[in-house]
Amino acid sequence: MSLIKSQLIQNITDLNPHLYIKDVERIINTIFSEITKSLAEGRRVELRGFGAFSVQHRKARIGRNPRTGAAVEVEEKYIPRFKTGKELRIKLNSSTNSQPSKPSTDEAQ
Amino acid sequence: MLNKVNKVLLLNNLLNIIFIYMEKNSTTRSSLSEAVYKNVGLSRNESSTLVDLVFNEISKSLIYGGDVKISSFGTFIVKSKNERIGRNPKTGEEVPISARQVVTFRPSNVLKSEVAELSNSNNLNSENN
Repeated sequence: MSLIKSQLIQNITDLNPHLYIKDVERIINTIFSEITKSLAEGRRVELRGFGAFSVQHRKARIGRNPRTGAAVEVEEKYIPRFKTGKELRIKLNSSTNSQPSKPSTDEAQ
Repeated sequence: MLNKVNKVLLLNNLLNIIFIYMEKNSTTRSSLSEAVYKNVGLSRNESSTLVDLVFNEISKSLIYGGDVKISSFGTFIVKSKNERIGRNPKTGEEVPISARQVVTFRPSNVLKSEVAELSNSNNLNSENN
Protein backbone atom coordinates (compact mmCIF):
# COMPACT_ATOMS: atom_id res chain seq x y z
CA MET A 1 0.00 0.00 0.00
CA SER A 2 1.48 3.30 -0.87
CA LEU A 3 0.98 6.87 0.16
CA ILE A 4 0.43 9.27 -2.69
CA LYS A 5 0.63 13.02 -2.66
CA SER A 6 -3.12 13.62 -2.45
CA GLN A 7 -3.40 11.25 0.52
CA LEU A 8 -0.46 12.96 2.22
CA ILE A 9 -2.23 16.30 1.75
CA GLN A 10 -5.39 14.81 3.24
CA ASN A 11 -3.53 13.37 6.27
CA ILE A 12 -1.89 16.68 7.03
CA THR A 13 -5.15 18.55 6.68
CA ASP A 14 -6.74 16.09 9.12
CA LEU A 15 -4.01 16.85 11.64
CA ASN A 16 -4.47 20.61 11.13
CA PRO A 17 -8.21 21.22 10.97
CA HIS A 18 -7.72 24.98 10.90
CA LEU A 19 -6.01 24.83 7.50
CA TYR A 20 -7.72 24.58 4.14
CA ILE A 21 -6.81 21.66 1.92
CA LYS A 22 -5.72 24.24 -0.69
CA ASP A 23 -3.18 25.67 1.75
CA VAL A 24 -1.76 22.26 2.58
CA GLU A 25 -1.52 21.46 -1.10
CA ARG A 26 0.38 24.68 -1.57
CA ILE A 27 2.72 23.88 1.33
CA ILE A 28 3.58 20.46 -0.05
CA ASN A 29 4.04 21.74 -3.58
CA THR A 30 6.28 24.50 -2.28
CA ILE A 31 8.43 22.04 -0.36
CA PHE A 32 9.01 19.73 -3.30
CA SER A 33 9.46 22.44 -5.89
CA GLU A 34 11.98 24.11 -3.57
CA ILE A 35 13.92 20.84 -3.29
CA THR A 36 13.80 20.44 -7.08
CA LYS A 37 14.99 24.00 -7.59
CA SER A 38 17.91 23.50 -5.24
CA LEU A 39 19.00 20.32 -6.97
CA ALA A 40 18.62 21.94 -10.38
CA GLU A 41 21.09 24.57 -9.19
CA GLY A 42 23.43 21.84 -8.03
CA ARG A 43 22.90 22.36 -4.32
CA ARG A 44 22.39 19.60 -1.79
CA VAL A 45 19.24 19.41 0.29
CA GLU A 46 19.81 18.14 3.82
CA LEU A 47 16.88 17.20 5.98
CA ARG A 48 18.16 16.13 9.38
CA GLY A 49 16.64 12.84 10.45
CA PHE A 50 15.03 12.18 7.09
CA GLY A 51 17.78 12.15 4.53
CA ALA A 52 19.73 14.16 2.02
CA PHE A 53 19.23 14.79 -1.66
CA SER A 54 22.29 15.47 -3.73
CA VAL A 55 23.32 15.74 -7.34
CA GLN A 56 25.79 13.26 -8.70
CA HIS A 57 27.91 13.64 -11.76
CA ARG A 58 28.15 10.84 -14.33
CA LYS A 59 31.09 11.01 -16.67
CA ALA A 60 30.70 10.69 -20.41
CA ARG A 61 31.41 7.11 -21.43
CA ILE A 62 31.25 4.76 -24.34
CA GLY A 63 28.21 2.59 -23.92
CA ARG A 64 26.98 -0.23 -26.07
CA ASN A 65 23.69 -0.90 -27.67
CA PRO A 66 22.95 -4.22 -26.01
CA ARG A 67 21.09 -5.50 -29.04
CA THR A 68 23.59 -4.70 -31.77
CA GLY A 69 26.77 -4.30 -29.75
CA ALA A 70 27.43 -1.01 -31.50
CA ALA A 71 29.43 1.52 -29.48
CA VAL A 72 27.35 4.52 -28.46
CA GLU A 73 28.63 7.69 -26.90
CA VAL A 74 26.89 8.46 -23.64
CA GLU A 75 27.15 12.11 -22.67
CA GLU A 76 28.08 13.26 -19.21
CA LYS A 77 25.09 13.91 -17.03
CA TYR A 78 23.86 14.77 -13.57
CA ILE A 79 21.46 12.63 -11.60
CA PRO A 80 19.53 13.23 -8.38
CA ARG A 81 20.40 10.97 -5.45
CA PHE A 82 18.84 10.33 -2.09
CA LYS A 83 20.59 9.03 0.99
CA THR A 84 18.46 7.94 3.93
CA GLY A 85 19.12 9.77 7.16
CA LYS A 86 20.39 8.01 10.25
CA GLU A 87 17.24 8.47 12.32
CA LEU A 88 14.94 7.15 9.59
CA ARG A 89 17.27 4.23 8.90
CA ILE A 90 17.23 3.22 12.56
CA LYS A 91 13.46 3.59 12.85
CA LEU A 92 12.92 1.49 9.72
CA ASN A 93 14.71 -1.41 11.31
CA SER A 94 13.53 -1.12 14.88
CA SER A 95 9.93 -1.64 13.82
CA THR A 96 10.70 -5.07 12.35
CA ASN A 97 7.67 -6.74 10.81
CA SER A 98 5.96 -3.45 10.12
CA GLN A 99 2.72 -3.15 11.99
CA PRO A 100 0.41 -0.69 10.31
CA SER A 101 -2.10 -1.24 13.11
CA LYS A 102 -0.01 0.68 15.59
CA PRO A 103 1.00 4.08 14.20
CA SER A 104 3.25 5.99 16.59
CA THR A 105 1.47 8.98 18.02
CA ASP A 106 4.42 10.54 19.76
CA GLU A 107 5.50 12.50 16.71
CA ALA A 108 2.11 13.88 15.85
CA GLN A 109 2.14 17.60 16.53
CA MET B 1 36.66 51.62 20.12
CA LEU B 2 33.69 49.30 19.88
CA ASN B 3 30.69 49.99 22.00
CA LYS B 4 28.03 47.40 22.70
CA VAL B 5 25.77 48.36 19.79
CA ASN B 6 28.61 48.04 17.33
CA LYS B 7 29.56 44.66 18.70
CA VAL B 8 26.01 43.41 18.32
CA LEU B 9 25.85 44.72 14.76
CA LEU B 10 29.13 43.06 13.94
CA LEU B 11 27.92 39.76 15.34
CA ASN B 12 24.71 40.04 13.37
CA ASN B 13 26.60 40.69 10.18
CA LEU B 14 28.85 37.76 10.79
CA LEU B 15 25.91 35.47 11.42
CA ASN B 16 24.28 36.73 8.25
CA ILE B 17 27.39 36.03 6.23
CA ILE B 18 27.62 32.52 7.65
CA PHE B 19 23.94 31.96 6.96
CA ILE B 20 24.20 33.14 3.35
CA TYR B 21 27.27 30.99 2.86
CA MET B 22 25.45 27.90 4.13
CA GLU B 23 22.41 28.72 2.01
CA LYS B 24 24.58 28.70 -1.08
CA ASN B 25 25.85 25.23 -0.44
CA SER B 26 22.88 23.38 0.82
CA THR B 27 19.21 23.70 1.45
CA THR B 28 17.89 22.76 4.85
CA ARG B 29 14.63 22.56 6.71
CA SER B 30 14.90 26.24 7.57
CA SER B 31 15.15 27.30 3.93
CA LEU B 32 12.13 25.15 3.12
CA SER B 33 10.07 26.67 5.89
CA GLU B 34 11.17 30.12 4.76
CA ALA B 35 9.82 29.31 1.29
CA VAL B 36 6.56 28.05 2.79
CA TYR B 37 6.34 31.20 4.90
CA LYS B 38 6.72 33.37 1.80
CA ASN B 39 4.43 31.37 -0.49
CA VAL B 40 1.60 30.37 1.78
CA GLY B 41 1.31 33.20 4.24
CA LEU B 42 1.40 31.26 7.49
CA SER B 43 3.51 32.43 10.39
CA ARG B 44 7.19 31.47 10.41
CA ASN B 45 6.57 29.24 13.37
CA GLU B 46 3.71 27.38 11.82
CA SER B 47 5.53 27.06 8.50
CA SER B 48 8.40 25.31 10.17
CA THR B 49 6.08 23.04 12.17
CA LEU B 50 4.34 22.03 8.97
CA VAL B 51 7.56 21.31 7.11
CA ASP B 52 8.54 19.00 9.97
CA LEU B 53 5.10 17.41 9.89
CA VAL B 54 5.33 16.67 6.18
CA PHE B 55 8.58 14.76 6.58
CA ASN B 56 7.32 13.04 9.72
CA GLU B 57 4.27 11.80 7.84
CA ILE B 58 6.41 10.55 4.97
CA SER B 59 8.75 8.80 7.43
CA LYS B 60 5.84 7.25 9.26
CA SER B 61 4.45 5.80 6.06
CA LEU B 62 7.86 4.38 5.15
CA ILE B 63 8.38 2.92 8.62
CA TYR B 64 5.02 1.19 8.55
CA GLY B 65 5.73 -0.33 5.22
CA GLY B 66 4.20 1.93 2.64
CA ASP B 67 5.95 3.45 -0.34
CA VAL B 68 5.47 7.17 -0.83
CA LYS B 69 4.73 8.60 -4.26
CA ILE B 70 5.02 12.30 -4.85
CA SER B 71 3.97 12.97 -8.41
CA SER B 72 6.43 14.99 -10.50
CA PHE B 73 9.03 14.56 -7.76
CA GLY B 74 9.69 10.89 -7.17
CA THR B 75 8.90 7.72 -5.27
CA PHE B 76 10.34 6.51 -1.99
CA ILE B 77 10.35 2.73 -1.96
CA VAL B 78 11.02 0.47 1.02
CA LYS B 79 13.03 -2.60 0.13
CA SER B 80 13.71 -5.59 2.31
CA LYS B 81 17.24 -6.89 2.11
CA ASN B 82 18.05 -10.47 2.97
CA GLU B 83 20.73 -11.42 5.42
CA ARG B 84 24.10 -11.90 3.78
CA ILE B 85 27.70 -12.52 4.64
CA GLY B 86 29.78 -9.39 4.42
CA ARG B 87 33.48 -9.00 4.92
CA ASN B 88 35.43 -6.51 6.90
CA PRO B 89 37.57 -5.08 4.11
CA LYS B 90 40.42 -4.32 6.47
CA THR B 91 40.78 -7.69 8.16
CA GLY B 92 39.06 -9.94 5.63
CA GLU B 93 36.97 -11.27 8.47
CA GLU B 94 33.50 -12.56 7.62
CA VAL B 95 30.69 -10.67 9.30
CA PRO B 96 27.00 -11.48 8.99
CA ILE B 97 24.91 -8.55 7.79
CA SER B 98 21.43 -8.99 9.17
CA ALA B 99 18.27 -8.68 7.12
CA ARG B 100 17.17 -5.08 7.02
CA GLN B 101 14.96 -2.55 5.33
CA VAL B 102 16.25 0.29 3.22
CA VAL B 103 14.65 3.22 1.49
CA THR B 104 15.42 3.82 -2.15
CA PHE B 105 14.39 6.91 -4.04
CA ARG B 106 13.37 6.86 -7.69
CA PRO B 107 13.35 10.36 -9.11
CA SER B 108 10.52 11.19 -11.46
CA ASN B 109 11.24 12.13 -15.03
CA VAL B 110 10.45 15.74 -14.22
CA LEU B 111 13.07 15.85 -11.47
CA LYS B 112 15.59 13.97 -13.59
CA SER B 113 15.27 16.38 -16.48
CA GLU B 114 15.44 19.41 -14.16
CA VAL B 115 18.70 18.11 -12.73
CA ALA B 116 20.02 17.08 -16.13
CA GLU B 117 19.66 20.69 -17.25
CA LEU B 118 22.44 21.45 -14.82
CA SER B 119 24.78 19.55 -17.11
CA ASN B 120 23.49 21.46 -20.13
CA SER B 121 24.20 24.80 -18.52
CA ASN B 122 27.63 23.58 -17.42
CA ASN B 123 28.34 22.41 -20.93
CA LEU B 124 27.31 25.76 -22.31
CA ASN B 125 29.65 27.47 -19.91
CA SER B 126 32.60 25.25 -20.66
CA GLU B 127 32.04 25.23 -24.40
CA ASN B 128 31.72 28.98 -24.54
CA ASN B 129 35.15 29.63 -26.01
